Amino acid sequence: MKPKVKVKFKHLLLHLYVIFWVAVAIFPILWVVSMALDPRNISKPTTLTLIPPGATVDSFKRVIAHPYSGANVTFAKLLWNSTLVSGGTAFFSVLIGATAAYAFSRFKFPGRQAGMVSFLVIFMLPASAALAPLFVILTVLHIRNSLIGLVFAYTSFTLPFAIWNLKGYFDTVPKELEEAALVDGCNRNMAFFKVILPLSTPALAVTLLFGFMNGWTEWMLAWTFLTKPKSFTLAMTLYNMVGQWNTPWSNFAAFSILVSLPIIILWFLLQKYIVSGLTLGSVKG
Amino acid sequence: MKGNFKVSLPFLLMKVEDKVVNYSDIGLWEQIRRNKLAYRYILPAAIVMAIVTAYPIIYQVWMAFTNFTVVNLKNPHPAFVGLKNFIDILKNNVPLENFNFWRTLTFDVIWTFINVFFHVTIGISLAVALNTPRFAAKRFYRSLLIIPWAVPAYITALIWKNMFDTQFGAVNLLLAKLGLPHNIAWLTNPNPPIHFLSILPYSFYACLITNVWLGFPFMMVVASGALQSVPKELYEAARIDGATERQQFFEITLPLIRFAMTPAIMLGLIWTFNQFNVIYLVSGGGPLGETEILVTQAYKLVNPAGLFGVASAFGLIVFVILLFITLVTNRVSKATESVI
Repeated sequence: MKPKVKVKFKHLLLHLYVIFWVAVAIFPILWVVSMALDPRNISKPTTLTLIPPGATVDSFKRVIAHPYSGANVTFAKLLWNSTLVSGGTAFFSVLIGATAAYAFSRFKFPGRQAGMVSFLVIFMLPASAALAPLFVILTVLHIRNSLIGLVFAYTSFTLPFAIWNLKGYFDTVPKELEEAALVDGCNRNMAFFKVILPLSTPALAVTLLFGFMNGWTEWMLAWTFLTKPKSFTLAMTLYNMVGQWNTPWSNFAAFSILVSLPIIILWFLLQKYIVSGLTLGSVKG
Repeated sequence: MKGNFKVSLPFLLMKVEDKVVNYSDIGLWEQIRRNKLAYRYILPAAIVMAIVTAYPIIYQVWMAFTNFTVVNLKNPHPAFVGLKNFIDILKNNVPLENFNFWRTLTFDVIWTFINVFFHVTIGISLAVALNTPRFAAKRFYRSLLIIPWAVPAYITALIWKNMFDTQFGAVNLLLAKLGLPHNIAWLTNPNPPIHFLSILPYSFYACLITNVWLGFPFMMVVASGALQSVPKELYEAARIDGATERQQFFEITLPLIRFAMTPAIMLGLIWTFNQFNVIYLVSGGGPLGETEILVTQAYKLVNPAGLFGVASAFGLIVFVILLFITLVTNRVSKATESVI
């Protein structure tokens, strides 16, 4: 009987430990939700309550009606800009990345090693360390203050990851499948589109998500490059909201929930792929 | 651009290892001719990278040796100044408030190691706890614990900045509720809360809590994956030999997951070293520039300072430091690889 009690006691302690960290993990989330639901539209909260008395969704309505205090931009416009930038980044990084990754995975050509290493080195460079020349060059090209320039810059930052991730996955697709297709009369391009791409859906999904997340949440380059409110993104509007002292916190909370919700939903939908990709890489060690 | 799940450099570096077939008996031109299709596949990526990455890097090297400032945006003909920008940075002779290269570098290193230490210990402890046989509600706990990873890092940073507000922030409200000292000026008090750690002000701890919150789920997930590969028979054998739980952890679990953890730890180091969002949005590098790290300082040289020449030189210095870290970490991960 005694060892059983001991095991139970051990489990109890472990549960307490895990519950402590669960509480830490969800505390900020509860705080934001509670602020967003606060009905009083007071600028600052004064107590800790989970669901404030008389909770409403008024703050959500307010930020959707007037998302940006500096100028008259609609929420729909900001949403459209964000979708355009993140969708464009995701689309181009997968499209361009997949073809390059295929070449790196299947052909042994001169410059292959050098190409892969240089993509890797660029991958490592933080955006803020490369900000100065990018700012000047995009200004000279007259696309700095536009969403196209932004998509261009984001794509270049996500491409190295896209290429590496897809190359790694293409390497695991058996060569025999492709060779069979070639014997059956496909050419290389058809083999790529009809055999490799359909088999690589998980890797393509993760790469798309990565590009989308980057475009959706990046605010630093956008804030430095864009000056016209009508081309602002949701991420930079939220950043701007924090800079304003008079913004009620319930508005900030509601807006941050609106901005992060699509990403959180996508993340949980694709979680299986993200986690398996990462742990596979590490277990292989 | 740091996404929450940016896949690691060390993971990737390992993949460089696969050997290219040696074609040395065929001429270079012949090799290029045979692989025409390969180049056609790479062309779009090469063009984009050349315009947006390679060209700016070359341009950056040139700018680093000039006195390029905001004025030169309209008239891009700055004067050549030689190594002046680099010397000014190393001598802290830059016209920007609280600029101190050496303090920033030191702080960045300390910041990185303390953060990764907490990420790894919390991550492994939770993974081991959830890996206990017949542990109830595993999946439920796991999906809640993983939430911080799913929230975009920059929104995490904004929320925590708000929570560290002196009067109305959740942290001080919670401390008050627990009857602990509250009214702590987390983000503005320049004095260190722990006296012998005199270079770490309150805002360091605020950033640390934020970044630990943000980063432990990743290590937990990697450690969970690693634990699956530890054979159960080893624990049975250890139990028969009379090993205690503590001995089992230190003699079996830890040595066996170490190899799988190493690449993730390397990633964590580089990721934290460049954690722009947390530092810039929570403490803003303040108070008095005490919590500035290299990437936030690089940003401030462009915006608001507008010192493009100095910023370029600074970017190159950061790049060299990162290259050094990568080479070291690559060596470490390779070392572990050869052991397996």
